[in-house]
Parts: sequence; C-alpha cells; structure tokens
Amino acid sequence: MNNVDTHLLTEITGNDYLDADALNIRKNGESIKRVTNPYIDIKPKKDQSGIEVYVKENTKFGIIHIPVIITESGLKDVVYNDFYIGDNANVIIMAGCGIHNDLHKNSEHDGIHRFFLGNNAKVKYVEKHYGEGSGNGKKILNPTTEIYMNSGSHMTMNTTQIKGVDDTIRITKAELGADTTLVINEHILTNNANCAKTDFTIELNGEGSSTHITSRSVACDNSVQEFKSNIIGNAKCYAHVECDAILKDQGKVIAIPEINAQNIDANLIHEAAIGKIAGEQLLKLMSLGLSEKESEEAIIKGFLRG
Amino acid sequence: MIELKDISFIKDNKVILDNINLKLEKEKFYCLTGPNGSGKSTLAKIIMGIISPTSGKIYFNGEDITGASITDRANMGIGFAFQQPVRFKGITVFELLKFATKKDMSKADACEYLAKVGLCAREYVDREINNTLSGGELKRIEIATIIARSPSLAIFDEPEAGIDLWSFQNLNKVFKELEDSYKGVILVISHQEKILEIADEVILLEQGKITKRGKSEDMLNVMFCNNCCKGGSASE
Repeated sequence: MNNVDTHLLTEITGNDYLDADALNIRKNGESIKRVTNPYIDIKPKKDQSGIEVYVKENTKFGIIHIPVIITESGLKDVVYNDFYIGDNANVIIMAGCGIHNDLHKNSEHDGIHRFFLGNNAKVKYVEKHYGEGSGNGKKILNPTTEIYMNSGSHMTMNTTQIKGVDDTIRITKAELGADTTLVINEHILTNNANCAKTDFTIELNGEGSSTHITSRSVACDNSVQEFKSNIIGNAKCYAHVECDAILKDQGKVIAIPEINAQNIDANLIHEAAIGKIAGEQLLKLMSLGLSEKESEEAIIKGFLRG
Repeated sequence: MIELKDISFIKDNKVILDNINLKLEKEKFYCLTGPNGSGKSTLAKIIMGIISPTSGKIYFNGEDITGASITDRANMGIGFAFQQPVRFKGITVFELLKFATKKDMSKADACEYLAKVGLCAREYVDREINNTLSGGELKRIEIATIIARSPSLAIFDEPEAGIDLWSFQNLNKVFKELEDSYKGVILVISHQEKILEIADEVILLEQGKITKRGKSEDMLNVMFCNNCCKGGSASE
C-alpha cells in the first residue's frame, strides 16, 4: 500500500481497520488483504466479483472492516458482497469507499451489499464515502443495500457522504420479519455540482416490526439531492421517516415521501423539512460571539452528526 | 457602562422607539417594563445589534458601537437571552454552553451552570437542543448560556414568557441570586411583579418612550396603583 492508499483508508475508517476482527481491503477491483477468524469467515465469490462474509451463530461480538479504495482513474468497479449473520450473532460491519482521482476519466464504484440476518441477530452497519483528487474525472459511487431480517433481529445502518462525490445513487431495500427493528441514519453533504439520490423501499411484513429512518442533508453550491422513500406496512408495524435538509447557495433538494399502509394496525409517519439555516439559529450563535461563518459551520456540523 | 443617545426606530412609517435616552450603570439590576407593543424587545435588540436603529447612537464603555455587528458586541461583553430560544438539531446543551464560554469547559463546569438554573444537570448536559425539550427547559438553558458567558451587560428578554408558574418560582430565585452576586449590568424585560421587586431600578416604556424611571418600590406603587400603563400601537 502506498501513501494515497493509507490516506484513503484513514479517511473512510479512521485507521480503525487495523484493529478489526475480520478484514477485507479491496483496491482497484482486487482484494489486497484479508483477515478472518474462527467465528467470522470471508470467502471470495465464485461467480461474481466480491466476497461472502459468514458470521457464525451466537458470535458474541465482532468488528468486520471491508473498505474499498480506488486510485485508478477510469476504473468502474462493481462488487457484490453478501453477509450471512447467524442466529443471535452480534457484529459491527464497517464498509466504505474512498476514491482518489487525479485524472480526467471517471472512477466509479458500485457496491451491492446484501444482508441476511438470522433470528435475533444484531448488526450495526457503518458506511462512509469519500472522494478526492485534482482531476476533472468524476468520482461516482452507487451503493445498493438489500436487507433481509428474520424474526427478532435488529439492524442499524449509518451512512455518511461528506463532499467530494460527484454522483451517487443510493438504493436501499429491506424486508422486515416479526419483531424486527431497522434504524437508518443517513448524512449527506453535497457541494459543487454534485448529484445525490437516495431511494428507500422498506417492507414491514412481520408483526411488531419497526423502522426509523433519519436523513439529514446539506446541499451547497449548485448541488442537487433527491430523497425518495417508500414504506409499506403489511402488518401491525411502526415506521417513522424524518427527512431534514438544509439549503445553501443554489443547492436544490427534492423529497418524495410515500407511505403505504396495507394493514389496519400499520402506523406510518413521514416528516420532511427543507429550508435555509434558520436566521434565529445564526443570531443565537452570533450573540455568543461566533462569526456568521463560524455559526453556520457549527450548525451544519451538529446537524450532520446528530 | 452603556448609553443610548436619541435612539429612534421607525418601521413601515410607525414610530416604534421615539428618541430614547438611557444610561445604565455597573453592578445594577434594571427592569424594563411596559405594555405589549411599547417597544421593549426592539430596544433590547437594538442594544445587541440584532436590529439597527433608524437614528441615534449607542456607546458601550465610552465606545460608539452603533455600527458594530452582533458578534463584535458579544465579544465586547454584551449578552442576550432570547424571548423564544431557538432549537438546534444535533447541537447538545454541553456544546452550546461551550460556545457561550469559548473555552475548554469540562462537563462538571457545564453541570454547574445548569444546576444554577434549576436543571438536573446530568439529565440535560448531553441532550440535543431539539423539540424533545419543553419551552421551560429551553428557557432555562437559554439563561444558563448567559450565566456561563458572564457578560458585562446581560439582557434577558421576557424570561418568564412561555414558562409555567412552577418554573417561574425557580426563575425568580435565579434572578435573585444574580442580583446578589452579579458584577455586570443586568437588564431584564419583564411584566412580573416579582422580578420588578428584585430590580434596583425600573424603567417604564410606553408607546416607544421612556415615561418613568425610578426605584423599584416607588415605581411599583405608581404603576400598579394608578394603572397608568397605556398600550402601544407598535408591534414588538
């Protein structure tokens, strides 16, 4: 690994990957490092590019890192990763993609991740996207996440994309069984002429299933964002979707909510708010001695973290 | 300390403040009172720099600050507790207090400020300032930011507005303690007799003009016995 590689890894994992229980680093379409243990196995896919991660049932706790780095301009990397989480297992999965593109050709990474959660399994999935480089070649990331949850399982998915990614289409699909909970926290900041689209389809099929989706985004400069969610309640279930966006400069945000109740006991809520930073918020922080710019930065930093 | 000279504010051809001349001195607790629409909040916002006066000058410790920004005034030592405190998604009470003090404050210090306004500190310090906080809780946090900042001029715009009677009793205690110990100037906009009683001096503003000014006990007799307050036409 060279300096650019380690820098990208640091940006997307904060060097935590060095302490992982299981690890797979993918660079320019190839696996360059893999670590496994008796509870967590990582195997290459036979028919497609990608890996299969197997977590044994009753695995008490494990941290799995699967970072992807792309430094080759003009590369389109498509990867299929499947995660099989055994009954009662509890793991944290850290994924992310860093692209460094100094040239004029587009670099693209499309990660298709599928999660199969056993009964009462618990997963925290963290994904971070980062783009850098001096070239005018685009940095494109299109993650697709599919989640299948068996009864009693719990999954939290935190995704972050802060600056530097030109185009992204993020698709998330989930099917929830009985007594399952899916929590999704999405944070996006776009700038320049970035375009980011997110599309959620969550089917609440089991009795007692619930989902909480929070999307916080900031659209700066001439960037455009689109948030689309479709929540289908097929059983006694609960869903809460909260989409908040801050507009800056000439940024544009479109939110398209759809909630579809197919059962008398489905309780589905969607909240969406788009607007500039509230003037009162700026006034308050300025009255504490922060400049207008510092106030704006503090508000955005808090908003995207919360 | 602070001096307002010939301050007027006109909006949509309405005179909101009419040639205000006011001088506030160190280590004194002032209460600015008067009917709704008399221009109290406007006057306070003009001191903080949130609103610019149509004419007149403001001097702070002898320096002309009429054109100074909110940030500059804050850094010179003016603090302002808003009548309707604002919520921030993602910013915690601890962070807001840190912004207020501008130093590496510990959580223990933050808890001390919260305890001063009657909040059980451990429950609040890490909470986000979002809509899970009630109006009364927000108000106390707002006051805590000013106490933490300890400005040489602390302005409180109707601290009692929007809080229940129970919280108000506690709030009274907070202001009583401030009156006893505070080294700077305190200017509270209030309609509450209890707060008027604490003040060293009461300033009555009616229809954009200071009509009376005097010691708390004298003013209370005049205001409440004669029912003298006249409503204003301007909006605050």
